Amino acid sequence: MIILWTDALIYILIAIVTLLFFSLRGKQHFVRPWKKISHNRTAMVALVFLVFFLVIGLLDSIHFRPTNSQNNDIISVLDYWVNPIRLKQEKSYSAPFSANLYSKELIMNSGQAPYWGYPRLEYGGRHLSDVQAQKAGDILAKATLGFLKGIAVIFILFYAYHLLWQRTFFSNKAVNTIFATLFFLVSSSYMLLELTTYYHVMGTDKVGEDVFYQTIKSIRTGLVIGSLTTLIMLPLAIVFGILAGFFRGWVDDIIQYIYTTLNSIPGVLLIAASILMVQVYMANHQEQFTSLVARADMRLLFLCLILGVTSWTGLCRMLRAETLKIREMEYVQAAQALGVPRRVILYRHILPNVIHIVLISVVLDFSSLVLAEAVLSYVNIGVDPTTYSWGNMINGARLEMAREPVVWWSLAASFLFMFTLVLAANLFADSVRDAFDPRRVQS
Amino acid sequence: MNMPLLTVENLQLSFADEPVIKGISFNIYKGETFALVGESGSGKSLAALSVIRLHPAQATLQADSIQFAEIDILRTPEAELCTVRGQRVAMIFQDPMSSLNPVMSIGQQIAETIQLHFSLTKRLCTAKVLQLLEQVGIPDASRRINEYPHQLSGGQRQRVMIAIALAGEPDLLIADEPTTALDVTIQAQILKLLKNIQQENGMALWLISHDLALVSNMADRVAVMQSGRIVEAADNNQIFSHAQHQYTQTLLDALPDINYSAEHEKLPTPAILKLTGFKVYYPIRKGLFKRVVDHVKAVDDVSFTLQVGKTLALVGESGCGKTSLGKGLLNLIPSTAGQVEFAGVDLASLSQEELRAQRSAMQIVFQDPFAAMNPRMLILDIIAEGIRTLQPDIDTQECITTVSALLKQVGLDETALYRYPHEFSGGQKQRICIARALAVKPRLIVCDEPTSALDVSVQKQIIELLKHLQKTENISYLFITHDLAVVAEIADEIAVMYQGKIVEYGTVDQVLRHAKHPYTQKLLSAVPVLMQ
Repeated sequence: MIILWTDALIYILIAIVTLLFFSLRGKQHFVRPWKKISHNRTAMVALVFLVFFLVIGLLDSIHFRPTNSQNNDIISVLDYWVNPIRLKQEKSYSAPFSANLYSKELIMNSGQAPYWGYPRLEYGGRHLSDVQAQKAGDILAKATLGFLKGIAVIFILFYAYHLLWQRTFFSNKAVNTIFATLFFLVSSSYMLLELTTYYHVMGTDKVGEDVFYQTIKSIRTGLVIGSLTTLIMLPLAIVFGILAGFFRGWVDDIIQYIYTTLNSIPGVLLIAASILMVQVYMANHQEQFTSLVARADMRLLFLCLILGVTSWTGLCRMLRAETLKIREMEYVQAAQALGVPRRVILYRHILPNVIHIVLISVVLDFSSLVLAEAVLSYVNIGVDPTTYSWGNMINGARLEMAREPVVWWSLAASFLFMFTLVLAANLFADSVRDAFDPRRVQS
Repeated sequence: MNMPLLTVENLQLSFADEPVIKGISFNIYKGETFALVGESGSGKSLAALSVIRLHPAQATLQADSIQFAEIDILRTPEAELCTVRGQRVAMIFQDPMSSLNPVMSIGQQIAETIQLHFSLTKRLCTAKVLQLLEQVGIPDASRRINEYPHQLSGGQRQRVMIAIALAGEPDLLIADEPTTALDVTIQAQILKLLKNIQQENGMALWLISHDLALVSNMADRVAVMQSGRIVEAADNNQIFSHAQHQYTQTLLDALPDINYSAEHEKLPTPAILKLTGFKVYYPIRKGLFKRVVDHVKAVDDVSFTLQVGKTLALVGESGCGKTSLGKGLLNLIPSTAGQVEFAGVDLASLSQEELRAQRSAMQIVFQDPFAAMNPRMLILDIIAEGIRTLQPDIDTQECITTVSALLKQVGLDETALYRYPHEFSGGQKQRICIARALAVKPRLIVCDEPTSALDVSVQKQIIELLKHLQKTENISYLFITHDLAVVAEIADEIAVMYQGKIVEYGTVDQVLRHAKHPYTQKLLSAVPVLMQ
């Protein structure tokens, strides 16, 4: 097993979340809001989607070197699992479910005169002898088979649930919702899995790589950029924002000076500079970066770092303003009158009352960061070109939008996945915010 | 009497099946003053809004009839109602700060209403604005016409609001708590102004208020509202002398009486707090380097002595520096000069750490119980905060026991422990704030207008609670208030503050009944007294 830098950070993040969960499990005022969230169907659906994405991202974060590999490749568990799609490379573009290439070529058949036509794909729909007549029926049959497998898995899960927990944390209504969502997700994934063995369900790209595989691989990149950047940005924004607002005076002056300076440097410039630095570093220390994956990972990590450093100012400014407001509230003065030390006031009175702003902006930033990655890839300072990411996919598809007939599937696939992830994150964060706001609790 | 101007029959308003107004009926006649009295949450403001169909969109309105002059309000289309509102029925709201648009000059805002209802040329319109401003008693109207709301004082803003309301020459003026946000002296001016205008124009005035004393001075007829119902309606003199309904009587009993005097004078005790030459200045900074160019003298050379177990009331209007004094005393804001001697120790001689330890002996209860508690903390944690600060390693169970005892002491039970502040009413919240202050066993509590955000009946309870605690725990109070009537009920001594200085200082009897300073006399004469 090989642990890349971003992998390590993801593991740490997961560990922190797990620790938090166990330490807060017994606390009354934390359990209550979560119970409330568990009663919210939208939140539960969004959560299931998020967890599903997370699981895929996690599978993609466990890297190892396959034993039978001839070259120096590092692959992840996900790669290993979807090996058939990964290795089935066509020649160039092909439409979803197509059995032929997207462009005409000179076809040479032994015994026949060469002619212009759409050649058959090497893998997609290979098993069909008569494409026209068999394709529709075959797709339906394979889909049904996958669907049935999905149902079987869900049924086992449901049975296991009944056996294990007679009485649970979730109310029955929520459980139903969760299972309905799981049913949808599992059955459609099984359907897709079954079909991908025989077809390219989302077509192939310019170099003939399966688009579905690319989209799945991009999930990790999106999650890493969204979460690691936030992880870097949050402490900076929270600490500086609250300190500036609470202490005012010279502390405020210095912090304001830092963030206005940082803000006045064009972000793209900083990012370009730091990415260049990483590239130079990697060129000088080639022995540390022996594989493509490790190089791409280093670049991804630095992108997260520099995005984090450039994006904390907005949140910091908001938190400063909010803290300025809250520090004048009477409950803060009451705490001062009680002789509560200032650090405790910061931690107990100020922080909990600005956390809703943090939560909202984290989710909004999460989506904008995923999108920022796409923009940065465009000016060639985003993730490494070999890294699978929605940004890179959109970038590649952009060039083909002018083509007639249009190549739409890369764009559509990345859009669909990005949209689902961002929407799920938004909906879930909404209900989390509502549940943790004691003024909105109805009882 | 002639035909009623406004007839309301069986008005009901409900939010999602929860009735707020449960069928009220009343008439308002031309030229009379009708007062609707009730405590907060009784639905009196909603009643006013419903009558001109301005009730919140999510509420459902039902009524047998709402007849205004010849107009059937219930069946008039919305577009036509717009001409009724403003022109025939005008409203003044409680808060003049938020009712005026801060980016428009007052002249523009008045002219806007005039032009909505009359087609006048620009010159005539300006003349009319000037006339209105003069009518509501704003001096130097031709200069003031181009000023913005922030340049006016609170009372002047309310006058502008009245001018806007009068601009449409209404038949009915609805005044929803028109003076609650204002000082007593200004309140008296505004009420007099309303009365004068009513006599000039002959319009009907519908006064909505929680203040029975005020209403008794103003109204011809009074209706008392309790939780969505009118429990009693009668002529002014009748209702205040022979209140029929029990609720009206409770309200009347709860009114603080300025002629109240403590049964016996307390014996002199040693001083707990001694203030000499106390000053709180706020620097005015200007220029690039924020040099201090001048000071706002919020508290200017104040000296007084407070004795153990007694109450000193600090009375004054808004902006007189009484809150700055209270907070400066507790070191919540830095004081500029002066000596604070607490229980024989000069606070200035203490180090930072000693001062923090000393803090628990002096506590504060704030005006607004809604802002005084962290909305994200449980009541248990709020009250226990002080205990845990003093004894960081206190056992959780012991802490809970102490807090429960405190809650019992202020009249709440243990179920409050695990609830959040927003689940309580205003009075209950103020009780919790008092419990929080009591938790650290203080010897002095600064009460900064503790009852002014509360209803009269609740105010009475809180004052009783404070008096009871003083008796049992021997706590001294510095009671900051603008309400002279409350002062009579609780204080032993009174200091009247005016523009940062104490202008009169003495016992309750001396100050309230033998006032020497003209400002004190002016304050006393402005206090509305129940007419019987």
